[in-house]
Amino acid sequence: MSFLSPRFPAALAAKGRLGANRWLLLRRLSQFGILGLFLLGPLAGLWLVKGNLSYSLTLDTLPLADPLLVLQVLFSGHRPEGMALLGAAIVLAFYLLVGGRVYCSWVCPMNLVTDLAGWLRERLGLKGSAHISRRSRYWILGLTLLLPLAGAGLAWELINPVSMLHRGLIFGLGAAWTVVLAIFLLDLLIMSRGWCGHLCPVGAFYGLLGRTSLLRVSARRRQECDDCMDCFAACPEPQVIRPALKGEANGTGPVILASACTNCGRCIDVCAKGVFVFGSRFNQHTQRCAPAGEAEGQTDHRKTIH
Amino acid sequence: MSDLSNSPPAKSDKAAAARRQFFADAGRMACGVGLLGLGLGFHAKQARALPPAALRPPGAGAEEDFLGACIRCGLCVRDCPYGTLSLARPEQPVSTGTPYFVARQVPCEMCEDIPCVKACPTGALDHGLTDINQARMGLAVLLDQETCLNFLGLRCDVCYRVCPVIDKAITLELRPNTRTGRHSMFIPTVHSEHCTGCGKCERSCVLETAAIKVLPVPLAKGELGQHYRVGWEEEKKAGHSLVDDKGLGDLPDRMPEGARLEGHFDPASQGGPSLAPGKPATPGSGVDSLAPSIPGADAHGPGVPAIPQNIPGGGLPNRLSDEAAR
Repeated sequence: MSFLSPRFPAALAAKGRLGANRWLLLRRLSQFGILGLFLLGPLAGLWLVKGNLSYSLTLDTLPLADPLLVLQVLFSGHRPEGMALLGAAIVLAFYLLVGGRVYCSWVCPMNLVTDLAGWLRERLGLKGSAHISRRSRYWILGLTLLLPLAGAGLAWELINPVSMLHRGLIFGLGAAWTVVLAIFLLDLLIMSRGWCGHLCPVGAFYGLLGRTSLLRVSARRRQECDDCMDCFAACPEPQVIRPALKGEANGTGPVILASACTNCGRCIDVCAKGVFVFGSRFNQHTQRCAPAGEAEGQTDHRKTIH
Repeated sequence: MSDLSNSPPAKSDKAAAARRQFFADAGRMACGVGLLGLGLGFHAKQARALPPAALRPPGAGAEEDFLGACIRCGLCVRDCPYGTLSLARPEQPVSTGTPYFVARQVPCEMCEDIPCVKACPTGALDHGLTDINQARMGLAVLLDQETCLNFLGLRCDVCYRVCPVIDKAITLELRPNTRTGRHSMFIPTVHSEHCTGCGKCERSCVLETAAIKVLPVPLAKGELGQHYRVGWEEEKKAGHSLVDDKGLGDLPDRMPEGARLEGHFDPASQGGPSLAPGKPATPGSGVDSLAPSIPGADAHGPGVPAIPQNIPGGGLPNRLSDEAAR
């Protein structure tokens, strides 16, 4: 594979350049858009959004707070003012609905770094990865909540690369770039998807939050699957796919219910057969039809042929 | 184990192996994360040591509480109209992401509406603080009396002039300039009761390095023992002195030998040069008069004060009279 040859040629051939990268592009738009909104203030003096991902105030009215941070504040024995509680409640409600780890793939700036590392790792053909359980992040999450209880304040925030990067981009990075570089190198050289997939307690928290979320990816047309494995190659949490995609034999529904799924939609992009779609977690029905990526007209056309 | 006794041995072995694996995995994870926690905990403890030059915004409580309450959003930084505050970067010796200011660079301008406190979503900056004069960001201390221009006898007065709580937080106290012997020194004096720690004095100190600096209150402030009472304040409270002057013994004033001060009133030194007019000092009289005037005894009338006995060397009157006898 040459350095810039297409990663997923089948999807590219079936759906075209735009169709095979639809959700990826939307996701980048969301990530850079949110970052841009935060940067409008300090760079252009247009204060639509003030603050950072820890807590922000939009148009001087809408508070949004990181519920994990507010939880840590509560655990350290401080009762926050109403705005922080309201902001956390709004964010909680939103991610309960659309899936907790939507934060990871659609909002978090660190995802840009780890995605780049993941992409480069594959392009350079770097094999071999340190093995750490993907459950480590839940233990680290426990630690971030234990430290405030033990009287260490918001100790995780001293080293949290996620908030360090976002705050740094808005308020001045300083030496935080070294931490970001460390995460990049971790993902590139030491462990595939090391940070987001194994260690990050913020992602773990949002994952737990989105366990019962309404919006989920469904392998609705799983019968169409030709085992090309492109979805597994593209997915940052590939272990979540199998139960839904290959679960027909043991009666498992097609909806990806694993909380680690980030709803990034990359599997939808790279599947030439159009197996995956976004849908409700309650929509468990499967169907057999033409790839979704192809134009509606084409689908109709096929129907007439049949 | 007993519930597995009925199942085939193969299955039991499998379950036991799985259980072992589970505990091994959990143990490994707990140790790994425990190590991380240990390091982070100690780091957090060290990070609590705020360098003295870094001051917290108004309304921030004790550093320990503040670090548990601040969400590191930077809204206080944004709403400060003077760009005083900044969020600590990882390489700075202040807890990462928390707001602080350095008085010598940009001091707090003490806005009346305190926008930084209002902006704080968690109340890490106490919303109960509505009067900026009640803020206690630190306490100004005139640290270096060797370089302060006013201590050198000049009239710099800049720290006093710029103080937003002038004449309360900083006053100029007059002291004789013993070097020249004929001038006054105007000593800038900080009063902790009124100093908000805004840092304008430190900012404006004209020296290369400020002689007056704002320090964290616990570092700057002493504390009297609980049992201490300041007499003049107790007197004010009670409306009269708490100590009965009459019950006090009066020690003779000690003077250089042979010295005489015209009009010096020292009733305890009987026979000295400072006896009340009309009672000439005679050699030996001091010794004689000691006998009846025992402290607390009724014998000493208005003109005859009590003298404590057993003063080593006989006390000043004796020595004076001895000298007179020689």
